[in-house]
This record gives sequence, structure tokens and C-alpha cells, in this order.
Amino acid sequence: MSERTNNRIKEIIGNNDVVLFMKGVPAAPQCGFSAAVVQVLSQLHVPFTSVNVLEELDIREGIKAFSNWPTIPQLYVKGEFVGGCDIVREMFQAGELTTLLSEKGIAVAAA
Amino acid sequence: MAMVGTEIERLIKEAFPDAHVVVVDLAGDGDHYAARITSEAFKGKNRVQQHQMVYDALQGNMGGALHALALQTSAPK
Repeated sequence: MSERTNNRIKEIIGNNDVVLFMKGVPAAPQCGFSAAVVQVLSQLHVPFTSVNVLEELDIREGIKAFSNWPTIPQLYVKGEFVGGCDIVREMFQAGELTTLLSEKGIAVAAA
Repeated sequence: MAMVGTEIERLIKEAFPDAHVVVVDLAGDGDHYAARITSEAFKGKNRVQQHQMVYDALQGNMGGALHALALQTSAPK
């Protein structure tokens, strides 16, 4: 991954509390896994920034190297990688995602 | 560019010999799988680390030959 891509990723996750790297946009996800994470975040009423990797090919490959994670979507909270679709869904169902977000000072609606 | 379920199971068992592995072909198309894996190796690791260990075991197939593998990992209770 280029230095430039690495810096861009750091900037995006550093400047935004909740970031979802996904395929498509929240209103029109291009993949079921991305859609599932959008749905979880929407249910919690968490404001988030999204990056459409289908339009940012450098980031699409870069983010996989950045987190040592081979798939999209990827969720970051306060600069920290939380997980992909399976983990986000599992944490949401267990109530752990709400806890994590609250601990990080991000307001969430009761699930 | 699909991957057969038995191959997924073999790679996982190779990396985690003690593992209890259940692989399900979700769509019947050899491209969308779910795997439930229980192994002592996951003890003390968080979910991200556990999934990374499985992806390592799959030797780069994840995201490539293998488009979709829903993972559920845990240590034996």
C-alpha cells in the first residue's frame, strides 16, 4: 500500500468517530454484508461516515492491508477496527456494540 | 473460482488440529459458506484476532476464491 493511501486511511478514521468502509452507499449498498452493517448502525441511530470502496480502489485494497482483514465491510470506532459483518452482527445481538459505542462516548439509541 | 466446503474444513483442521468445525454451504453454489469453529487456540483472543487466525489458516483464499464465509468462532467452554 502506498504511503499516501495509508495516510488517507489514518486521516479518515482519525477524523471521524464511526467509519464504515463499505461497497456502495448507505442508501444503496452494493453487497449484502455491507447492507447488514448499515442496518445495524441505523437501528442504533449511530451517525457514521461511510467510504464507498467501489469508488476508491486504492482504499479498497489498502484497508485490507491496514487492518489485516481480507474483506469489506469494515467498521472503525474512534480509530479502532471493530470487525466485519459477522462480528458487528454478533456484537449487536449480544448488546456489546451498544456498550462499546457508549464506552467510547458515542450516543446510541436503545436497541 | 469457488472453493469446496471440504477444502475449507481441511485447511481449518490443519491449522487447528483440536478444532470442532462445522461448514455449511449456505446457497448451494460453492461460494457462500458459514463456518462454526471451536478451538482451544481461540482462548484469550478477541473476535477480530480469532477471525484473523481463521483467515490465515485459509491461506489467502478469503476475499479471493472464497467470496463469503460467515464465521462464528469460540473457545470450548
